[in-house]
Amino acid sequence: MSEKTGVFICTGYGIAEALDIEALCKVVEEECEVPYCKTVESCEGSGLQEICREIEAQGLERVVIAGVSPRAYDDHLLPSNVLIEKVALREHVVWCQPPEDEDTQMLAEDYLRMYLAKVEKTSLAEPYQPEEELSKVVLVVGGGVTGMTAAKEAAEAGYPVKLVEKTGRLGGWLGRQHKSFPTSAPFRELEDPGIDELRSAVESNPLIDVFTSASTSSITGAPGLFDVALSSTAEGNGNGQELAHFRVGSIVQATGWQPTDPLASLPYGELPDVILSVELEEMFRESGKITRPSDGAEAKSIAFIQCGGDAHVEERPYCSSICCMTSLKQALYLTEGAEDAKAYIFYEFMRTPGQYEDFYRRAQEESAVFLTRGKVEEVQQGPDGKLHLKAADTMPGGELEVAVDLVVVAAGMRPNAADGEAIRAYEDAKLATTNAESDNLREEAAKKAEELSAHAGTQILNLEYRQGPDLPTLEQEFPDSHFICFPYESRRTGIYPAGAVRQPMDGSASRNDATGAALKAIQCMEMAGRGEAVHPRARDLTYPDFFFQRCTQCKRCTEECPFGVLNEDEKGTPLPNPTRCRRCGICMGACPERIVSFADYSVDIISSMIKAVDVPDEFEEKPRVLAFMCENDAFPALDAVGKHRLPLSPFVRVIPVRCLGSVNSVWITDALAAGFDGILSFGCKHGDDYQCHFIKGSELADYRANNIKKTLEQMQLESERAAVHQVQITDYAEIPKIVDEFMEMIERVGMNPFKGM
Amino acid sequence: MTAAVEAAEVGCRVLLVEKDPFLGGRTVRNHRYFPKMCPPTCGYEINVRRIRTNPAIEVLTMTTVEEIRGKPGAFRVRVRQRPRYVTGDRSLEESIGDQLTSERPDEFNCNIGTTKALYWGHDSAYPPVAVLERDLLAPAEVETLQRECPPGSIDLDQAEDAWEVDASAIIIATGWKPYEATRLEELGFGRHPDVVSNVMLERMVIGAEDGPVLRPSDGQPAQKVAFVQCAGSRDEDHLPYCSAVCCMGSLKQVRYLREQNPDAQVTVFYIDIRTVGRHEKFYTELLEDEQVRFVKGKVAKLEVGAGPGGLTPEVEDTLSAEILHDSFDLVVLATGMVPNGLELKEPLELGGDEHGFLSGKTDVEGIFAVGCASHPCDVSRATKDSTAAALKAIRCAKG
Repeated sequence: MSEKTGVFICTGYGIAEALDIEALCKVVEEECEVPYCKTVESCEGSGLQEICREIEAQGLERVVIAGVSPRAYDDHLLPSNVLIEKVALREHVVWCQPPEDEDTQMLAEDYLRMYLAKVEKTSLAEPYQPEEELSKVVLVVGGGVTGMTAAKEAAEAGYPVKLVEKTGRLGGWLGRQHKSFPTSAPFRELEDPGIDELRSAVESNPLIDVFTSASTSSITGAPGLFDVALSSTAEGNGNGQELAHFRVGSIVQATGWQPTDPLASLPYGELPDVILSVELEEMFRESGKITRPSDGAEAKSIAFIQCGGDAHVEERPYCSSICCMTSLKQALYLTEGAEDAKAYIFYEFMRTPGQYEDFYRRAQEESAVFLTRGKVEEVQQGPDGKLHLKAADTMPGGELEVAVDLVVVAAGMRPNAADGEAIRAYEDAKLATTNAESDNLREEAAKKAEELSAHAGTQILNLEYRQGPDLPTLEQEFPDSHFICFPYESRRTGIYPAGAVRQPMDGSASRNDATGAALKAIQCMEMAGRGEAVHPRARDLTYPDFFFQRCTQCKRCTEECPFGVLNEDEKGTPLPNPTRCRRCGICMGACPERIVSFADYSVDIISSMIKAVDVPDEFEEKPRVLAFMCENDAFPALDAVGKHRLPLSPFVRVIPVRCLGSVNSVWITDALAAGFDGILSFGCKHGDDYQCHFIKGSELADYRANNIKKTLEQMQLESERAAVHQVQITDYAEIPKIVDEFMEMIERVGMNPFKGM
Repeated sequence: MTAAVEAAEVGCRVLLVEKDPFLGGRTVRNHRYFPKMCPPTCGYEINVRRIRTNPAIEVLTMTTVEEIRGKPGAFRVRVRQRPRYVTGDRSLEESIGDQLTSERPDEFNCNIGTTKALYWGHDSAYPPVAVLERDLLAPAEVETLQRECPPGSIDLDQAEDAWEVDASAIIIATGWKPYEATRLEELGFGRHPDVVSNVMLERMVIGAEDGPVLRPSDGQPAQKVAFVQCAGSRDEDHLPYCSAVCCMGSLKQVRYLREQNPDAQVTVFYIDIRTVGRHEKFYTELLEDEQVRFVKGKVAKLEVGAGPGGLTPEVEDTLSAEILHDSFDLVVLATGMVPNGLELKEPLELGGDEHGFLSGKTDVEGIFAVGCASHPCDVSRATKDSTAAALKAIRCAKG
């Protein structure tokens, strides 16, 4: 051990009663040859302050504190220029093991050996600082209410903005509305949408450059270093011409929505007096009147059909959230001030959440508004020129027929988004239809290209990313975050979707969402500027370092990175973009050549921890199992195992990992070579409702486990010796059970035959 | 928590003031989130780590704001901290608490059960420091504590403390409380132990540890469960507004009951099922479960028979115009949310509506309201509000 390494062993919390402290010190001082080892009574509060003073007085550079769980520390109280590892002797040893027991003692000693090995190999993180200065300009794509709000908010916080709008004028859908929903008490009055005011605020702000009739034709680079090219969307000769080129630090995607098609059984497009809610809105805004397209006569009666005709269609299994309020609003356009007007609203559920209920109540007070629960099954033109509707399932049961001048279909919202991954997959498949090695492969590729052909040419952002030109989408085309707690987490660092592109939402929610996205865009640039990672490893200063001389261009890292960090050069060598990186280490787990490392997390560091364990020989009948645990969920659950005093097998040695996806398979073979009898991995839930904060990490671990099983078989070992389990942070009670079952399996199949070799 | 970490990660200094002894609010009291059915402590863990490792955030628990003066960029805020009597200098063994005899209602757990006078938060609670209710202690208990606690770990002479702090901007994220179910006597609450509120059911599910939920009256598994939606919401005699989360909240709880007890039958009485946005899928998936029935109808009254199983809602199925007489052995009232506000000595003219919800941008410049202090909303919307308010607040700090 290096001269400036020190160990503090805490004797409080029942540790001294359960363990032989002298023997622990002996392991540290004699076996590991650490020059400085001290026992302390506490490693919290004043005890921790004393440790910090001692670290400084002794000039220690590498320190292991063995006491309470690493999660019990307020880390910012520790010196930042010293490498410190913490061993949870309390939670992971004393609280879940019998006191004064040989196996308990061996467990504690192994943890000291492991963390000493780790701290010895770790180096202080040097924040990533590129040679070029990082940009602090925000690019906003889309000039509707969301885009304009994001631009205004960012600019007012002092950050320059480039605002790009595809059409000739800022405003979007809200700019074409007559009135918008109430936003303040008593929530009964419709409001001016405020778009003109917002547009002038944006256009007059010197920090905002507005580009209309423009779209992004290419975006290269990474947060702080995005290079953007704009081209013209204007009709005619200029179309496609390059308009501008500039650098930005982060991006807000506010590309908005478009109306969905009404149910095919409704005669929209066939009968002229069947129109969409957006069409009614524009008509009323422009003329102040509601007329029938067929003959220009003023409409006295309207039937509104909610949910585009059907709430439960397969291609749109979501609720567009604004249509109930829109129809209530439009019904009032018709009935207010008119004596003989009638508005019928046919709905399944009236959805006016929160304070919008007050507006719903107001519409209910209006005697000319008929709210009818029911499903419209037929719309026909009658001989009287009116439209005759038949509705079923109405309240109080039965059918209902009405004749009206105009039918308005409340059309839903679909996002103006492109599925970046699908576009990439389409392009790969298309290439393979000619390039693939065999007829079979070429045929398969042609089939795939056909399946994905709807994605061809749909790109919006035009990102030069290996994994595709747009954000990956979630469900039903929305490029939303998957996380309830972290709604701004997109899968492309520094690019934040906001507004109706990511969830159906109204103008007021969009303004709010835009402001939040502006904060995230600013935050990302500030954090990148300090060399810090963004969420979920916020403020981590380490970043992946690639030893390219050994790269074999296998492309696993570039394909498996959940955040599309790595591009490839022509040969397929990864091109790192550190400011895109979320520091999960999945590239490190993927790399067969082990060329990826972080200052405090690398293949070598973890291998050293594994090799540091003192594995008894086969005649001692003390098996050893290695467990990798996701540090966000399983590892905290292990603290709870201790807290609830659940007995845990003393034969398990746990190593926390950034994500299960960062586990490199060489650690498994290292562990087997070191004599471990089995390897358990605990990761987060995957599948549709995945909980992995790095999206695909736990899923990849499962997938790689199959390869590991094959390796085990090649080594003439039982494939059950390596197992992967999904646990949630609250599943602490499961962990001892999983371990016990695994230990039974080891007993059944016997010790690792490589032990002691 | 979200407003604090989002602002701090931009580079702003933040003082986070929490009235309770632990961070996490109502969110961490949930068993699972909708729609992913994931545990809220997972996101809490990440946010706690963001706080633990960030020197720009200072956390004050058991603290309230009692006075606000000044203007944007230069507010003076008077805070008052209740004594915890546990210093945090050295964590205490839970066995010490077991030696005490005094108990307190378990407020965190909807008062289902009690804790000792020395108590801890949930498994991941931050700060990881116990709390002592000093006033409850008998002299013998004081002696026990003085004997058992390591030196410096408790301070029985701690007193309430108040002081002033500076702030450039203020974010009100004071959240909500459930509408008092005791006002819903007509729906049976308080008249029979098997009539519970939705927030109570959430805790009962956690207490059941993956087993079936038990009827409070006799500890037997609940077999026939009714959910009464809009219990106190969308009702001019109670809360006229829609509380926005109760539909998804109940559907989530239906999933718990069905997953934990394959024999359980569930009926949901509703006015409208408000599963907005992609949450619609959560509802349509439940429609496939034959043991789950949805009845459109507002429950006006609950007949309460003696013993378990005699709870009969008075309700008309408005789609069939039939009066139903089904009986249940557990009735869950989906009670709505009431905003918590600041409790200042001299109230500020913050504006807002008659129910206490504040506008996002309050009438006082530099003071912003987010989440359920501003409108009924779910976790995801509340965190978006908070992120947006962080930007508005930072602008005030920049001047």
